[in-house]
Amino acid sequence: MQPRESGRLSADGTGRRHQRHSLGEWLLVGLVLAYAGLLLVAPIAAMLHGALRPGLGAFWNEVSSPDALNALKLTIVLGLGATFINVAFGLAIAWVLVRDDFRGRKLVNGLVDLPFAVSPVIAGLMLILLFGREGWFASLTDALGLRVLFAWPSMLLATLFVSLPFVIREVMPVLTQIGIQQELAAYTMGASPWRTFWCVTFPSLRWGLLYGISLTLARALGEFGAVLMVSGGMRGLTETSTLYIFRCLDDRNYGGAYSMALVLAVISFSLLMGMEVLKKRTEQRR
Amino acid sequence: MNRSASNAKIESEVSLLQGVRPWGRWGLRAVAVSYLLLMILVPLGTIVQTGFSAGILVFIRDLADPIAWAALKLTLGVAVITTAINTVMGTLTAYVLVRLEFPGRRLLNGLVDMPFAIPTLVTGLMLVVLYGPQGIAGAWLQDQGLQVIFAKPGIVLALLLVTFPFGVRSTQPSLMELERDQEDAAYTLGASKWTTFWRILFPTILPAILTGSLLTFSRALGEFGSIVIVAGNIPGQTLTAPVHVYGQVEFDNARAASAMSIVLLALSFGLILMVDWLQRRKARMYAAP
Repeated sequence: MQPRESGRLSADGTGRRHQRHSLGEWLLVGLVLAYAGLLLVAPIAAMLHGALRPGLGAFWNEVSSPDALNALKLTIVLGLGATFINVAFGLAIAWVLVRDDFRGRKLVNGLVDLPFAVSPVIAGLMLILLFGREGWFASLTDALGLRVLFAWPSMLLATLFVSLPFVIREVMPVLTQIGIQQELAAYTMGASPWRTFWCVTFPSLRWGLLYGISLTLARALGEFGAVLMVSGGMRGLTETSTLYIFRCLDDRNYGGAYSMALVLAVISFSLLMGMEVLKKRTEQRR
Repeated sequence: MNRSASNAKIESEVSLLQGVRPWGRWGLRAVAVSYLLLMILVPLGTIVQTGFSAGILVFIRDLADPIAWAALKLTLGVAVITTAINTVMGTLTAYVLVRLEFPGRRLLNGLVDMPFAIPTLVTGLMLVVLYGPQGIAGAWLQDQGLQVIFAKPGIVLALLLVTFPFGVRSTQPSLMELERDQEDAAYTLGASKWTTFWRILFPTILPAILTGSLLTFSRALGEFGSIVIVAGNIPGQTLTAPVHVYGQVEFDNARAASAMSIVLLALSFGLILMVDWLQRRKARMYAAP
């Protein structure tokens, strides 16, 4: 799924030849541009128009309302929290899957992709079943006095689940590619495994990891279905930005919905731009 | 690149490492594996248990419920339509991006990833703004007698938007890797562009196209955020299977929600296994000398 910059082929002159396109090829280009324009550009333009038509002042008022600010804050805290945990476990899992060998490794490797195939609503349902009245983990959380459902822990778990594969899938190819010669050299010279990881392995993983982080963050900030199921949607308490948009639509507060949608779109867009830069960096290093 | 050879090399190196710190290795292995089991396998287990908790007959009855059945049929139907359109347009877009030079090519290439970044709920909202009854395009389309939002076309449109990157990004790399000498040979022998495309190019990139289609289909089955906004969710008409799962949970009917989830999961996992098989086949093809 990882996109690679298509310009590289033409940069070294091997792939694309400069030739004049025939009429059919120009028609093809026109068809693709028209499709992308109608499908991608037009809706974005329409939303910009919808959010900014009442004026920048109105937009600002909507975004700085207490509910909107609380929702945005919760979204960012959940997004950063989920990203942090996914990076910690993601690095460990990627390392084990590439560097370690044990029975069932292929099976575990297959497990990693499952969250991509699971609908977010199903992810939410799983948490409700696990922590609900007769859930497998209900007695445990009751004993600990921990409220999971309709509170932030379940929202964090939902976000963790849907964004779990990104870091692992971005780090694994890099780990495979760099090989272990340098790590072995470090061991031979007496470095501890911990030191070897941080001083030798980690620096090579940097860009791949950053790419994984942006994907995780983008996914976490935008998560809706899973969080909707488990949050309870208490205004100002368990309401994330996407849930805020959903409630605004229900209340026919279109200004509020469009404004928050624009904020989320701008954040995602900036992450995407950052990713493009990262992609170019990793390409250059290869 | 010969993958199996490099894997074998890594494996022999790993055995060198295995003597180093057994406790650290075992600890890390235990943490990684138990995290995945706890986060993924246990939750899936509880769905299967709940779905079948009242026996297989009740499981079937839950699915045969008219509204559930209609939702499942609708989801499969729109997923098939989306996959067909997205496969054709995604392949064309990949071809245009890799093979042709035109103004705005880089911009288009960057735009392709956009649906991955934008929250699906926001995607749905965008479509409502544009194609909704009060929208700029929606009002005009309604005059032509075509209702997009709160109808099936809206669902397909939302799915096309969120799955657009899958169609393009699966095919693009294999088009880029493709050597041009076979095509040149075909041209030299007098084949037309059309013939060359169908006889040379298409068979080579077919596994990649199929991978993209399966990913599209799997994503289309599970999509919720954009659909819940654009579909209108009329039971029996525009209520899709994931929205049905959501509705059943709201009605406190976890068993019916689980039953529908099991069907969706089984379909998705089957497709993922097929993607895996296709990719391994592709890797073998490239590994062959």
